[in-house]
Amino acid sequence: MPKKSNLKKVMVIGSGPIVIGQAAEFDYAGSQACRALKEEGLEVVLVNSNPATIMTDVNIADRVYIEPLTVDFLTAIIEKERPDGLLATLGGQAGLNLAVKLAEAGVLEKNNVELLGTPLSAIKKAEDREMFKETMQAIGEPIPESTIVEDVHAAVAFANEIGYPLIVRPAYTLGGTGGGIAENEEELVEIVIRGLKYSMIGQVLIERSVAGWKEIEFEVMRDGNDNCITVCDMENVDAVGVHTGDSIVVAPSQSLSDSDYQLLRSASLKMIRALGIEGGCNVQFALDVNSQNYYVIEVNPRVSRSSALASKATGYPIAKVSSKIAIGYTLDEITNAVTHKTKACFEPVVDYVVVKFPRWPFDKFVYADKTLGTQMKATGEVMSIDRSFEGAILKAVRSLEIGVNRLYMEQFKDWDDAKVLRRLKLVNDERLFVIAEVLRRGLATVDEIFDITKINPWFIEKIKNIADFENKLKTVELTAEVLREAKFIGLADKSIAEITGKPMKEIRKMRIENNILPRFKMVDTCAGEFDAFTPYYYSTYRAEEDEVEVSNKRKIIVLGSGPIRIGQGVEFDYCSVHSVWALREMGIEAIIINNNPETVSTDFDISDRLYFEPLTTEDVLNIIDKEKPEGVIVQFGGQTAINLAASLAEAGVKIFGTSVDDIDRAEDRERFDEVLAEVNIPRPRGISVTNLEAAINGAAEIGYPVMVRPSYVLGGRAMEIVYNEEELRDYMSRAVKVTPDHPVLVDRYMQGTEVEVDAICDDVDVVIPGIMEHVERAGVHSGDSIAVYPPQTLSARVIYTISDYTKRLALALHVKGLLNIQYVVVEGKVYVIEVNPRSSRTVPFLSKVTNIKMVNVATRVALGHSLKEMGYYSGLVEPKPYTAVKAPVFSFAKMQDVDISLGPEMKSTGEVMGIDYHYARALYKAIIGAGMNIPKNGCVLFTVADKDKDEMKQLAKAFSELGFKLVATEGTAKALQSIGIDAEVVGKVHQRSVDIIQRIKDGKIHMVVNTHAPGKHILRDGFKIRRATVEHGIPCLTSLDTAWEVLRMLTSMRDRRLVYSLAIQDYVGGGDELA
Amino acid sequence: MNGKLILEDGSVFHGKLFSEMRASGEVVFNTGMTGYQEILTDPSYCRQIVTLTYPLIGNYGTARIFNQSRKSFVSGLIIGEICEFPSNFTIEKTFAEYLTENKIPCLYDVDTRALTRKIRAAGTMKGVIAAEDTAQNIIDEMLALPIPKDVVAQVSISEPYTLEVDNANAPFVVAMDFGVKQHILDSLHNLGCKITVVPANTPADKILAMNPDGIFLSNGPGDPKDVPEIISEIKKLIGTKPIFGICLGHQLLALAMGADTYKLKFGHRGSNQPVKNLETGRVYITSQNHGYAVDEKSLENLPLEITYISMNDGTVEGMRHKDFPIYSVQYHPEASPGPRDNMYLFDEFLKMMGVN
Repeated sequence: MPKKSNLKKVMVIGSGPIVIGQAAEFDYAGSQACRALKEEGLEVVLVNSNPATIMTDVNIADRVYIEPLTVDFLTAIIEKERPDGLLATLGGQAGLNLAVKLAEAGVLEKNNVELLGTPLSAIKKAEDREMFKETMQAIGEPIPESTIVEDVHAAVAFANEIGYPLIVRPAYTLGGTGGGIAENEEELVEIVIRGLKYSMIGQVLIERSVAGWKEIEFEVMRDGNDNCITVCDMENVDAVGVHTGDSIVVAPSQSLSDSDYQLLRSASLKMIRALGIEGGCNVQFALDVNSQNYYVIEVNPRVSRSSALASKATGYPIAKVSSKIAIGYTLDEITNAVTHKTKACFEPVVDYVVVKFPRWPFDKFVYADKTLGTQMKATGEVMSIDRSFEGAILKAVRSLEIGVNRLYMEQFKDWDDAKVLRRLKLVNDERLFVIAEVLRRGLATVDEIFDITKINPWFIEKIKNIADFENKLKTVELTAEVLREAKFIGLADKSIAEITGKPMKEIRKMRIENNILPRFKMVDTCAGEFDAFTPYYYSTYRAEEDEVEVSNKRKIIVLGSGPIRIGQGVEFDYCSVHSVWALREMGIEAIIINNNPETVSTDFDISDRLYFEPLTTEDVLNIIDKEKPEGVIVQFGGQTAINLAASLAEAGVKIFGTSVDDIDRAEDRERFDEVLAEVNIPRPRGISVTNLEAAINGAAEIGYPVMVRPSYVLGGRAMEIVYNEEELRDYMSRAVKVTPDHPVLVDRYMQGTEVEVDAICDDVDVVIPGIMEHVERAGVHSGDSIAVYPPQTLSARVIYTISDYTKRLALALHVKGLLNIQYVVVEGKVYVIEVNPRSSRTVPFLSKVTNIKMVNVATRVALGHSLKEMGYYSGLVEPKPYTAVKAPVFSFAKMQDVDISLGPEMKSTGEVMGIDYHYARALYKAIIGAGMNIPKNGCVLFTVADKDKDEMKQLAKAFSELGFKLVATEGTAKALQSIGIDAEVVGKVHQRSVDIIQRIKDGKIHMVVNTHAPGKHILRDGFKIRRATVEHGIPCLTSLDTAWEVLRMLTSMRDRRLVYSLAIQDYVGGGDELA
Repeated sequence: MNGKLILEDGSVFHGKLFSEMRASGEVVFNTGMTGYQEILTDPSYCRQIVTLTYPLIGNYGTARIFNQSRKSFVSGLIIGEICEFPSNFTIEKTFAEYLTENKIPCLYDVDTRALTRKIRAAGTMKGVIAAEDTAQNIIDEMLALPIPKDVVAQVSISEPYTLEVDNANAPFVVAMDFGVKQHILDSLHNLGCKITVVPANTPADKILAMNPDGIFLSNGPGDPKDVPEIISEIKKLIGTKPIFGICLGHQLLALAMGADTYKLKFGHRGSNQPVKNLETGRVYITSQNHGYAVDEKSLENLPLEITYISMNDGTVEGMRHKDFPIYSVQYHPEASPGPRDNMYLFDEFLKMMGVN
């Protein structure tokens, strides 16, 4: 029973697709909120457009709407569901903005919906810069001198008064989009123009820069009875100036005295009271290094990324407690889930150090500007826990999966001292590593490094401890005592092996022989003061006692998927969690290992035991040695987990599901060719090469264009289509390191329809829940394509062939569990592109639309149950009568210098789903949900590559017939003229007269169809045009296939209702079939 | 040098000895993540061995402004890591320098969590810090030493002194020093009070002769029942002047009123302790440091009402006299270390003394 007894039904708004600045943390927060509400007997209605989430599962909410997060759709859902309350402070900035819009549009009032939790007035006071400033001034909390401007002139006038540097932040955005630091007038003007564009209300804040000060955050809670607590404080290793989402962060703060800490804590409480927040809230401060002077930087009146971090860092469930507060409970009435005895009204204390390290997408976006500033660029993050900072930072680094295992990067060996010192001045993703290298080489003192980086000397000294020890390790003999010291510092076996030149296995053996083993400690919110029931552990070499009480039950470890990155998103967390749930249903103890604080899987009440640890062979084996499970499940944690399978198996660990050898048969090029030959299934011609010469010869033989990529990757990393030898040479030198151990694959590039299948096999039967057809032809990465279930254009014969091939492949590979296959269909002939013997990105999507618990079934299969006993039979499951469309979502606005044109390398960060009985509307929902603002009329610019000009003609004609005005670049216009279509000619970027960019800026072009000319030269016109569409928020279609589909949608939706919503429960239950 | 902590129940925790000094005393833990210097100089820890649960100690060095009394009275300190290179603008000395200068025996690199769990489960115990190779008979002798009963005398001052203010009409407080923390005096002084601090054994008539506007009973170490002579003086003060007591002062007031106190299993020591105001239902986060508590049942037939209770275990955290302007709290509104949410309690004292 909620405390507010009028509440029976509550609606929760999710945060939509994963974008930079808004990632999986809101799946965690939203799922926790829904569970907290259901626990009180409330009926929960959930709206979120993101199908990859746990929160959109039918067991999380009573009514799940996977619909676009727009005012129109939410209004329709509110009118239909008539909830009593709306909870919007757990859906990130997206959810909060929507709630504000719904309230302002009068929708809430009209439908008698109470906004739960933090009231609208408080949201506005925190979010509107002017109101925030007034509130802070009224309570005497210092904020940097600032002004709000709506045009450039006012900005310059303010700068003339205050001086530089100045920080520019747009009002009402997320992740600091469009902001920056201006050192002079020229920069100011540029940033202000961009900021005005991004602000939802056309305002930017300009304020005195406190760059270089300490950045401190507090997570604060307040209830309706004015009880306030702080959950956690955090200190950013990177000083003010780097977005907190891009900063390395420690919890608790390390360099604050009690006096400093209490000063800021008191200020936080004063602020949350003055703002009137009810629930969780995040406060950011800048604190002077040389005094107790501070400024309030910002307040987020909602659960945030930092809240997720604070929850995982302390064990205090902020989202859950915020939800209970929203329905009327006070902090002293909510039980502490950790101790079961004490209440939520206390302040957690920790007896360990937590480090958060951001995961950036620069491995994918090689041309991106890596400089870190006020605009967030990280896609995800890892967290680590240890009893020392050194231990925690080293764990964090090896959790990143960027090919490093300590604060050292391979490329350093080629850098001379001058280069290392030069690089120290750069604020980018490598900075902490460079600092370690500077210290290792003794190139600068701690104070000198502080002067350059503004990173607090406390942290630099700790890094120096690691660097000094590494230097020592190079010179002394590795005795047991030295090894003990190395582990005390926190170095991985692999690092010790690397430094001493000994094999890693020898290090492990020596460790075990000398009983140098980690101890496992519990995260309990109270530093051991009370008995705790959280099965949440971390390892440390700085302890005598091990707290884990190992049970005698059947138990199995599920490996998680690590940080969110391009190509490996929240989908794999969904899969890991479902596997855990399946094991628990079977009465087996489920143990999860993961290091991503944003996820549901790292919530301590999901599994029987949670180990918050790096996903490396060493760290996983340590847990296996401790727990002695029956085995490990690797097929749900993405490539992260699959990559560990071989080394774990070699160490004698049982891998449930598809065997390591069969995984290798699918992933190893030559062995896979043998499998294909055996089952007589064709694939595009291709070869595996281990040097440049072989690549050139091979490509010539296969014939250009060819698709090139390194083996063993996820998300098409470094995959490109090259059209000639020159490009191939460029690729081989730039994108990959080719060695006999790391071959490069060269494949014939076949233009055709791409099809994706997920299936479950028990080595006897093969169940195919569904087939997805891609809108974009092969060549666009499957993760960036629009996928449609069930297929719309494939013939029955092709579908039969695909089902047949899928069965044959699954059986040939002896798959036990999930597999994912990608096909290309060319002129009715089906070719296999690749097979992944594991769960895929599309599993949550397909599970939801087909209502088949794919992960649950696959987990049971992996453990030896048969599909037949679960009631499944071989073959393709009858397609559903509705259509579901999965559309990619990109974060290009955050990544300048990244080309937005689609290709074989994945660029999207998230996805949305549109579902409807009517295909065009499903597509419409997906496109709207993805945030693409498709115009219904106006002006379309066509500028396409020569190879596409023929195909483009009919497309442009059709747009023209729909009433769109056409403009085109010269060549494209000429092509159109040839079929009698007049398009206004606009000059290319360098032709100054009628500049395309200017027209886009002026808002005279509403959509762009642009295909990519071969070559990777980003300075081309096309690149500039495409970037301009991003900066100005207009859709840019870089594949003619997408454009055709958009056209069909526009045509079809002319005479249809645009807004029509059904819950997933209605679709899968077959009810309410009224399209 | 390798060292160890040996508890009375025989359990041993290993670490490194900071100096050759041995120590014995009751082992207690504090869960605060900051404020190590304030804790070390809080006289209430007199003759105890203090364990800090946060493993990184000395991060921001030490400075005289953080001292809560003239010296550290602890027997010893048990921690995780000693920070060699602290960072904060206030630093005067590193933590290691501070330990050396104040001759504080310290065992570090200890699994303090394991020790905390031990104490939580088994209750506060005596312990000995000594070098790894110390002979067992020496350890046994040290463990056999009784817990001292004269700790208040050890920490209190011998001569009264006065903190003046620039105002002839200032409220005048006499503070009985049972081991008063500096920030309590500072807090009252900052509110405009003139304060005369008197030794713990000052007779009531002498205090009353000073004609204060209010009397303050300070915090301090030890079992409140060990100082019956002070309790009998406090008895004489009841009903004469407004009285405010903190921590030991609160316990002594309860005993003076005829109530009872008892020893807690492992006490409350930290900066995150929630208490509930029974009148308003509001919860406050407090700084606490006490091993004894006032027995709730013993208050039943007395003219005292409970004002605050602990949210963690329901024990008495504050009380008020039903007839006289007398109140007290078990926790530390002066913070240092800890949250500053409870400074309003000093304002209440001023109000009792007739100051608006």
